[in-house]
Amino acid sequence: MEFLDASLPYIMPIVYAVLMISVFMGLCSYSVLAERKVSSWIQGRVGPNRTRVPLVGHIPILGNVMTGLGLFQPVADGLKFLFKEEIVPGHVNKGYYYLAPIIALAPALTTMVVLPFGRYVDADGITQPLVLANVDLGMLIILGISSLGVYGIVLAGWSSNSKYPFLGGVRASAQMISYELAMGLALLPVFMWAASPGYYDSEGLFVEGSRYGMSLFGVVQSQQAAWTILWQPLSALLFLVALFAETNRLPFDMAESETDLVGGFHTEYGCFKFGLFFVAEYAHIIMGSGIFVLLFLGGWNFLPWVADPWGDGIFGSVLSVAWFMAKVFFMIFFFIWMRWTLPRFRYDQVMSLGWKILLPLAVGNLVLNTIIIALYDTLTR
Amino acid sequence: MAKTKVLERKPLSFAEKTFLPQIVTGLKTTFTSMLQKGVTLQYPEERPTIPDNYRGVPTLVKDPNGREKCVSCQLCEFVCPPKAIRITPGAIDTDAEPERAHVEKAPQEFDINMLRCIYCGLCQEVCPEEAIFLQDIFSLSGYSREEMINNKQKLYELGGTLPDKHFKWDKKKSAEAAGNAH
Repeated sequence: MEFLDASLPYIMPIVYAVLMISVFMGLCSYSVLAERKVSSWIQGRVGPNRTRVPLVGHIPILGNVMTGLGLFQPVADGLKFLFKEEIVPGHVNKGYYYLAPIIALAPALTTMVVLPFGRYVDADGITQPLVLANVDLGMLIILGISSLGVYGIVLAGWSSNSKYPFLGGVRASAQMISYELAMGLALLPVFMWAASPGYYDSEGLFVEGSRYGMSLFGVVQSQQAAWTILWQPLSALLFLVALFAETNRLPFDMAESETDLVGGFHTEYGCFKFGLFFVAEYAHIIMGSGIFVLLFLGGWNFLPWVADPWGDGIFGSVLSVAWFMAKVFFMIFFFIWMRWTLPRFRYDQVMSLGWKILLPLAVGNLVLNTIIIALYDTLTR
Repeated sequence: MAKTKVLERKPLSFAEKTFLPQIVTGLKTTFTSMLQKGVTLQYPEERPTIPDNYRGVPTLVKDPNGREKCVSCQLCEFVCPPKAIRITPGAIDTDAEPERAHVEKAPQEFDINMLRCIYCGLCQEVCPEEAIFLQDIFSLSGYSREEMINNKQKLYELGGTLPDKHFKWDKKKSAEAAGNAH
């Protein structure tokens, strides 16, 4: 018993981490299903509707509905990746070739450590985030680590020793580096507004205002009244466009370019290694959706200017998580929806959009917001 | 030569230059098409309706009395371009079917090799007895070459009975009985 009490602080974080990884990987596989289903609905097709798992799939009515929705399809997809023959082309650079999928997936999974997904009220009545690690610099960690994912793509493209993957890798790295700038700059105004500035009290002493810094939790808490997207639409738009580019989703699928580069960086990959790339792509989408919801769509806050209808107890926490997840699902749907709406950009168009339009706009947006904040502080102090 | 008319192209407005209204319209389009009812046929369970004159697998049919129509004239065998039909003519068992004794001949064996058949329909066209028909079966498969050869029994199984009103051989028999054959 004593041993258990002593080891609990060490065991619980591991339990939480394992739980979160399982939920996250489940989400990844089901967003693959969502992609397939939504794509087929948009194209007037049916999508996967045949896979049936014994027992569960044979429950009357419910089993048929689940099969029709393709709910067992992720199992089949995953098993397919596991059991396929593992072909490694003779011309690849073995070490890096094996390393690339791991490097692609690891950052996407690492960033979820600092992603808050709900809130609870602790014993002292203070609202706390539900998160694996509540770090003040959460956003910086996410930006820093998620952009490491590009190494996976570059390594894959380079180690494949083949021209299409190479071109895909080069394009992907150029694109991700270009859009990283606009992304970071589009974020700054949000944090500048969210972290309440200091003010001078009646005796002229400076009172420190910012409690949160770059913390994602602080941004969500600051959106209890108005969501950021409502009064920072430009930042939201810039961030969203950059997000699409960072996740290599259409219309910015430069890394994959299946229309002109076969499969882009993962042309030479098969079976489970390809599966890892695939999961990494969807992990990035889920993370991106989560961050967009936290920063611009009010996180787990109910509606703009409407107080959360749920209470502070466990029930309230669960509902806050559910509401946050609902928003994330909408964003994932939006990603897929956009894919079938816009044609893809040409490579030079991607570059000129990034450098000539998004970056100047982001800088302008930042300067404008800085001036407004400075004026606001000067006038209201 | 027709004169080419150059259309004046209006300069894009600011909203159009940002593409945003167009993207919203596109999103609307894809969303409405998502909500539309699909046209997919769930194939093995749901079958398409086959038109009457479809040229599917050739089959042998029986007359409305349930009797064999084919008289083993072998015209189809001769006309068949890929030589898929093989007929062994035989006599009619007069003891078993006394009312058909005057027909004289019937196929003993009737094989259609479906690996050779090209579904041209010449056999149906040439048949004087309207005994062979290309019907609505469009998917045929088997595990071996032998399985792909339809024998007489199989052909009648696939063909069934055709409700025509010709009764050619009945008329011939009654005419013979009345003493005015031919």
